[in-house]
Parts: sequence; C-alpha cells; structure tokens
Amino acid sequence: MTTTEAAPLPTTTGGLAPAVEVRGLRKSYGGKAVLDGLDLEVRRGECFALLGPNGAGKTTTIEVLEGVRRRDAGEVAVLGEDPATAGRAWRARIGVVSQGEGAGQALSVRETLDHFARYTSTPRPTDELLAAVGLKEKADTRVGRLSGGQRRRLAVALGVQGRPELVFLDEPTTGMDPVARRQFWQLVRDLRAGGTTVLLTTHYLDEAAELADRVGVIAGGRLVEVAPPAELGAALRREATVRWRDDGGWRAVPTETPAAVLRDLLAAHPHAEVLGLTVTRPDLEDVYLQLVATPGGEPR
Amino acid sequence: MTVSTAARPAPPSTARIALARVGVELRLFARERQQVVFSFAYPVVMMVVFGSVLGGDVLPGGVPFPQYFLAGIAATGIMLTSFQAVGTAIAAEREAGQLERLQLLGTPPAAYFAGKAGQVLVTTAAQLALLLPVARYGYDVPLPVDLGHWLTFLWVAALGALAGTVLGIAVSALPGSASSLTTSISAFAIVLQFFSGVFFAFPELPGWMQQVAAVFPLRWLTQGMRSAFLPEQAGAFEVAGGWEHGMTALVLVAWVIIGVMVCVRTFRWRRADG
Repeated sequence: MTTTEAAPLPTTTGGLAPAVEVRGLRKSYGGKAVLDGLDLEVRRGECFALLGPNGAGKTTTIEVLEGVRRRDAGEVAVLGEDPATAGRAWRARIGVVSQGEGAGQALSVRETLDHFARYTSTPRPTDELLAAVGLKEKADTRVGRLSGGQRRRLAVALGVQGRPELVFLDEPTTGMDPVARRQFWQLVRDLRAGGTTVLLTTHYLDEAAELADRVGVIAGGRLVEVAPPAELGAALRREATVRWRDDGGWRAVPTETPAAVLRDLLAAHPHAEVLGLTVTRPDLEDVYLQLVATPGGEPR
Repeated sequence: MTVSTAARPAPPSTARIALARVGVELRLFARERQQVVFSFAYPVVMMVVFGSVLGGDVLPGGVPFPQYFLAGIAATGIMLTSFQAVGTAIAAEREAGQLERLQLLGTPPAAYFAGKAGQVLVTTAAQLALLLPVARYGYDVPLPVDLGHWLTFLWVAALGALAGTVLGIAVSALPGSASSLTTSISAFAIVLQFFSGVFFAFPELPGWMQQVAAVFPLRWLTQGMRSAFLPEQAGAFEVAGGWEHGMTALVLVAWVIIGVMVCVRTFRWRRADG
C-alpha cells in the first residue's frame, strides 16, 4: 500500500488542549439512560479506542461528539468547541468515516471524490486519496459495483478528504474480511503518522490492541476503565488461576500468588503426577468481559 | 486556550456547493434509466394514448380533446418531475445515508435544496420540450398563440415546479421507508390527477371532487396551463367563468410558503433522531 503524506493542517497554539473533553455526558432514549455520566478525554495526536459491547453507548457518544445528536446533560468540547453549537468552520476540522453511502451508486469512485472535494476549501488531491486507500484501480468503477471492503475504503477517503485534525471511525471494520481489516489498520496507522487524532469505536479487542494508544471500556453508559491496551484491567490481571484434577474432579484456585499455591500443591503430591496442571492469567478478552459485566454477573 | 483556525480557509460558500449539487443531481438523474424513462415518457405516452382514443371528441367551448388534455398532462408532467421526483429521491437518499454524509460535511440545507430545484428546472424543461412537439405535430394542438400566452405558460410552469419541489421536500419527512413513501406519493398523485381535471373536463366533475381538488396545486396548475394553450373564449367554460390568474398565482404561492414553513420545521438529514 502506498503511504502518502496525511498531515492535517497545522493548528497554532492548540497543541496542548485535548482534542476531545467530555464531562458527565448523559443521554436517555424514552426514559432509558444510554449514557449515564460519561467522562472522556482524547489527547491530540493519539489514537483512542472506545471499546464496549453493542448497545453500550459507543455510537451515541460518537454522534454527540460529531454534533449530530443532542445530549441531555454534560460538558463537551471537541477541538475546543461545543459540537452542539459549532459551525461549518469547526466541521471542516473534523472528519467522519460514516457507514452511509457517497453521493450515489451511479457515480464512479473518482467522480464521488471529485464531487465532495467541492465541499471543502482544503481538499486533498483525488489521485493522492485514491492511492492512499488503494482504490487506484477502481477509480472509474461505479460505487454500486464496489465490494463492501472497497466501499469502506471510499468512506475513509471521504472522511479524510478535507485534511481533518480529528477523525471519527465508528466500527470501521465491521463486516470486513481479515485481509481487508489488516489493510484498513495500515490506513489508520498512516493517518496517525501524519499527526491526525483518531477516535474509533470497536467491539473487536484485537483491533483496539492493534491500533490504540489508549483504550476506554464503556459499559452501562460510563467509561469504566481507561488504559493502554496492555495495561487494561491491571488489577484483574494480577490474579492467576491454578487448575488441576484430583479424585474429586477439577479444582481451580484463583490466586495472586500462584507460586505459593503450586508449592503447597506439589508438596501434597511428593511422588505422584498432578493431572491437568495449568496456571493461567486472564487475557485481554477475559479482562474485557469482566469489565463490562453487569452487577448481575452477565455480560451485557 | 483557544485553538486558532486561521490556518484553514473558510469553507466554500453555499452558492458554490449549490452549483456542485445541481451538477451531481443532473448526472445522477441521467444515469437513473428508470427515472429518466418514467419522467419523460409518461406525459408523452399519455398524450399519445388519450390523443389517439379521444382525439375526435370536442369539449364545451368547441375545444378539441387533445388541446384540453395537453394542458392537463403538461401540468401532470411538472408535478412528476418536481413533487414526485423530489419526494421519492430525498426519502431514498436519506435511507441510504447520503444525507447523513452531507450533514457531517456541514452542507448548508439551502445548498442541498437549491441542487434539487436546479435539477427540477432542467428536467421539467426537457420534459416539456419533448411533450409540446408531440402534441403539436402528432395531434395538431396549437401552441400558445402569442408572447403573452407563452409568458403565462412560463410563470405557471415555474411556479408549479417550485411549489412541487418545496412540497416534495416537505413530504419526504413523512415517516416510513423510502419504498412505502414512494408508493404513497404515486397513489396520491394519480388520484389527484383524476380530481384535478387532467383526464376529464374539470367543470364536469362532481362538485365535491372539484372542492377537494381546489385545495391542491395541481388543479390550479392545469387551469393555468389551459389559459396558455386554449383559446381565450374557452375561459368562459371554467368553473368560475374565467381563467382566474390571480387566484392561481395566489394558491401556488401559498403552497410554496406553506411548503417552506413545513420544510424548515421538519427537514432532517437522518431517519430518526432521538
């Protein structure tokens, strides 16, 4: 894949202010709270992944930040402005990779990009965009004949066409095959390399681990944890589980000191083999499932 | 700390985006074969069918049926390329997420509407440019006799197309899927054609039908078209005994205003907003 210069336009003194600042965001639909006091901060230049199960409020959060959905309460600043009242000059600074179509199925990829180039004062050249998303060969193909993955790439091209400082990606790889996903990840890395701030939502753990500097886990309308992917759920990860089998069946001992448990266990079986002995630590998925588990214990 | 946006030029003006919209609307229209055929062929086919079957009939005032019918089918054609085309297109574009993209790009709604209006203007003109010669040379229907009648034709057509565009945008906000809305709009349009005197002499319709039709623009659009195509003395056979240009203009303008007010309140880029 061709990597092209993806630098957003420079902002002058704003480098230190966070790209996104959210305090106490609330939103209900028909009396049911979807967002229940969500706090969030995305730093300039980072890739932040909002991770959570379906219905946790990821998309609602993104839509509030994009300024296309009203909030019930809370303070929100995106690139220093309130999205609910910000004007076109602000909108020109953010890019959204949306699920929606381009201008129409009957336009070619190039025609679509050329058309939308006229909506911004700072368009990236169409050929550069085509190369960046790997659609050069499909430039003259009508949008209606593109595959799902190719349409997503077009959506990415449209999302970054106006050289945004901040890009929203809402579940960008849902429905993509593994190859297309990996190509898409490379695209996001290219964007990052140019200094663009990226906020993405996903329910794929590997995607968050792969792309994000920091991951925010959203559950029950709140951000329950924020950390780099490798450190997510640090407290939960400290606990290991020692498993083995004896006459009474499987035994499992959760412990923060597995070595001590093992010493006792081996001492109790000085000559015999301990059947099925394993020591496991929770992986990202285990941690995630625990984080999003409701008080009742069932993952939402 | 505030972030300066000085490095970034102001977004393109509404007029520039409107121009881009007109271009893309026309290009998409031209590539939508079904829509092109339906918009352009429907009035011509109806003219041919009714002209061939009822060509010998003479209506009150000594007006040959094809002459009377041309006025009605021209008005219907205008409703088709404005009201029907716009209403169904917007519903479909909203459903496909195209409008969501426009919203995210900060597109001024006025630029989007202007694009639709430009498309309606061009397609309506093309459609009438096809219909009138068919009527003239196929069925001996005289075209407007002088400049005054041509001007009447133009203002009635323009006002009708404008009302149709605005009302098309307004109905696109009705709930339901794009396909169900398309069906509803078509059904409404067909019934309205019968009520408005497109297929029959309007004064001969039952009174209640006339009264229902008088509320909607199509009845006034057809009468305005008759005033452009029919001989002067035929006006005496209209319901009010004259062409009622003042009333026609008033009703059409009133619908434009009502339509704009409805659009301002109800137009939305997305299907549902919580």
